[in-house]
Amino acid sequence: MSQADVTGLGLTMFRISSWLKSPKPYLMVTGFMLLLATWYFTVEVWKLPRFQDMPGITEVFSEWFSKDPYYGLSIYTPEYYKHILISLRRIAYAFCLATVLGVPLGLFLGWSKTIRDFIFPLFEVFRPIPVLAWVPLAIIMFSGSETPVIFLTFLASFFATTLNTMLGVESIDESYSRAAYCLGASRWQTFKHVVVPGAMPYIFTGLQISIGVAWFSLVAGEMVSGQYGLGYLINTAYMMIEYPKIIIGMITLGVIGYSTSALVRLAGDYMMQWRVRELALGDN
Amino acid sequence: MKKPRKRSMLANERDNGMNIRKFRDGLFSKSTLRGISAIIIFGIIWELGARSEELFGYRWPFLGLVPAPSAVFVSWGGLIGDPSYWQSWYMSFLRVFAGFMAAVVIGIPLGLFMAVNKTFYGMAFPSFEVLRPIPPLAWVPASIIFWPTQELSIAFVTFLGAFYTIVINVLGGARSINKQFLQAAQSMGASQWDIFKRIILPATLPSIVVGAAVGMGITWEVVVAAEMISGGGSSGGGAGGGLGFFIWSSYVGGSYEQIIVGMISIGIAGYMSSELLRQTGGLLTPWLKTR
Amino acid sequence: MNMIGEEMQPGLSKGAIRIEDVVKIYDPDGAAVMAVDHCSIDIPAGEICMIVGPSGCGKTTLLNAIAGFHGVTSGHIYLDNELLCSPEKPQAEPGSDRIVVFQNGALFPWKTNIDNIAFGPLMAGKLGKKEIYEKARSMMADAGLSGTENSYPGEVSSGLRRRVEIVRALMNDPKVLLFDEPYRALDSLTKSVMHEALLDIYYKNKVTIFFITHDLEEAIFLGHRLIIMTSRPCKPKKIVDVDIPHPRDYSVLTSPRFREIMNEAKGVVNEEAKKAFDAGEREG
Ligand SMILES: Nc1ncnc2c1ncn2[C@@H]1O[C@H](COP(=O)(O)OP(=O)(O)OP(=O)(O)O)[C@@H](O)[C@H]1O
Ligand SMILES: [Mg+2]
Repeated sequence: MSQADVTGLGLTMFRISSWLKSPKPYLMVTGFMLLLATWYFTVEVWKLPRFQDMPGITEVFSEWFSKDPYYGLSIYTPEYYKHILISLRRIAYAFCLATVLGVPLGLFLGWSKTIRDFIFPLFEVFRPIPVLAWVPLAIIMFSGSETPVIFLTFLASFFATTLNTMLGVESIDESYSRAAYCLGASRWQTFKHVVVPGAMPYIFTGLQISIGVAWFSLVAGEMVSGQYGLGYLINTAYMMIEYPKIIIGMITLGVIGYSTSALVRLAGDYMMQWRVRELALGDN
Repeated sequence: MKKPRKRSMLANERDNGMNIRKFRDGLFSKSTLRGISAIIIFGIIWELGARSEELFGYRWPFLGLVPAPSAVFVSWGGLIGDPSYWQSWYMSFLRVFAGFMAAVVIGIPLGLFMAVNKTFYGMAFPSFEVLRPIPPLAWVPASIIFWPTQELSIAFVTFLGAFYTIVINVLGGARSINKQFLQAAQSMGASQWDIFKRIILPATLPSIVVGAAVGMGITWEVVVAAEMISGGGSSGGGAGGGLGFFIWSSYVGGSYEQIIVGMISIGIAGYMSSELLRQTGGLLTPWLKTR
Repeated sequence: MNMIGEEMQPGLSKGAIRIEDVVKIYDPDGAAVMAVDHCSIDIPAGEICMIVGPSGCGKTTLLNAIAGFHGVTSGHIYLDNELLCSPEKPQAEPGSDRIVVFQNGALFPWKTNIDNIAFGPLMAGKLGKKEIYEKARSMMADAGLSGTENSYPGEVSSGLRRRVEIVRALMNDPKVLLFDEPYRALDSLTKSVMHEALLDIYYKNKVTIFFITHDLEEAIFLGHRLIIMTSRPCKPKKIVDVDIPHPRDYSVLTSPRFREIMNEAKGVVNEEAKKAFDAGEREG
């Protein structure tokens, strides 16, 4: 019981209050203010050369939160959410598929030398090719405009997930599997009870990277081909000279991208209680 | 009888034949052979799939739409003598180099300064973290609006891609330095500058190398995409080529073999730059070498 | 207890290890490293046999061969007259009759203490889950581990962790416990508590103990016999019988007999350690 108290609410409260007493939050706010002020003054007040072509902060935010947006895109228009949802759906497909395929493959690559000998060189051949160089080939191989974009996103995620999972298995201290064998575990039981949980920290590091590169290539894919989505929004806004929409799209991408990776991190914490508790103790 | 013989044989080999044996073992070891056979099998399946329509009368899914490796090599052979193909290499390398160098020159001092100065860290890091989740390519249109030439806007986006990674790695490396090193240096009377130069900098060097290597990979991704977007989009009309544009124009022009030639070329180019970086990194951090 | 002076003779029927003329040559890249050289040791069932020797002499190598983690180049190892390994039978199956307690500890950090302890029997699948956990709980209580059942290993002190690991081994009713310097990382106060705890556990569950250590005091305090190894390649250099009667407690450390044995062993150990050190310097 006492264990739960230490790591639970009490600890959180303690951390928050000590954070507020430190200079950190005030420095942070100062930093944000400086950033926004630079944007405001360079673009809208001083109208510096080059900067004056950029959309200004007041223009962007008044568009974004307007009930009657000039360029037709704000938090009140369904179109805005359509772009978000379509991007999210593509990410969800690609990321889930990459996880479902990449984690088991990575586990087996790390676990069995035979499998690694056969599959890993193929990986090494494909890995240096930037995911985005696949764009035209993806368009040729998959019909429609939706599948190529999802394929690209998947490909980026898949590499990150598989490689990190494999590294995770390789990083497990040999004495853990030896201990399992000593205690009478079979090869399969060792896989299940030692290899999978032991690689878990790396798997989740891989998933964090995976979701990051998924957004990275999704945006590229959406800008080159595809209909709807935040990358598409940014690119068409540029071509239609509706510049504030570009910034709205960028900020939205940042917020949503950050939220999805926070979600992955939360899932990791949930599945690795032992790590969370160890780290919590380490902090004190 | 058996044991001593074996021992003397091994001792002999250690003296003269060791290196050759090692080399031969590496070349013909089971795992190398397995890897090679896997790649060959893959090539055969690809060839069969690409020619499936003429060979089997029906088209395999996906692979049936892709040009065959033999056709790719033929097309590549035709390109080897073509100066505009090499011009694409040159352009892409130039862009990667420019963006990457800018990221190194700005990113390393910034990361180190953030690590050393708490106030600056407190102010800059949160803003940095807020901007970081925006994918570099989302900056392309804004960058085109801002910078006077398309070349500069591509360079800026390329820079961004490597910049975040380098700063984060430098910062992480500098902050995880063992405190005892610093205390030891202080107790020996080292000045602030000495501590920075002789401890913080070398201790951060491995993370700088790692950050640079990852950054290099991202740089290639971004350059390829930026070349495709600027060439493939409506504006600009493909400023000065590059391998990404080479792929895109091959696609638009319908010469599908060249798409794959372009992909392989980018793979080789990217691999070469990473390898160069790794070698340089190895020279810079000799103490990390094992055995 | 000590006053009665009853000699706790190794008189078990199970758990005798016979090491016959074992040689082990590692062969990384053709540079043959001889780790064990014609080594013969006979350990009767129920004995605490302490192996002492300089760093890198090949003690772990010997232990790994008994445990079944690798084979031997020549020679035989028997457990209760059953062949464990020889060149013809390259590797003994690791199994729950010989359990290793590792140098750096190998409790699974992703399992709670009680799950760790229940691991062996759960894998064997002979008992029901409820029985296993009951037994685990009572064994933990016996070893003074009540209250830490649901903590993760990372949350308890290193001394406790070692005790959990020993209990985890004992849950499987092993014939032999193989210790590879389990107390190396502990401070000397914790160490002395652990020594008494280990003897306590030994008196309750008689097993054969093969115990590697660097620490002469530990070796004499715990062991029936000390086997002092030569520097690499290792073989027994001197065998010292510790004729201090069991059960022992810490008063033994100040007894004159302890001193005598200590003096006798120390000369031999230092001589070998110096040899190993010089050899190491030349290699470097
Ligand atoms: N897998 C291996 N391949 C090659 N050489 C090895 C291998 N394992 C150990 N050795 C070498 O064999 C020798 C004996 O190693 P071992 O681990 O058995 O020593 P040790 O007595 O347990 O040492 P320590 O007291 O440091 O634990 C060492 O010189 C070591 O470098
Ligand atoms: Mg050892």
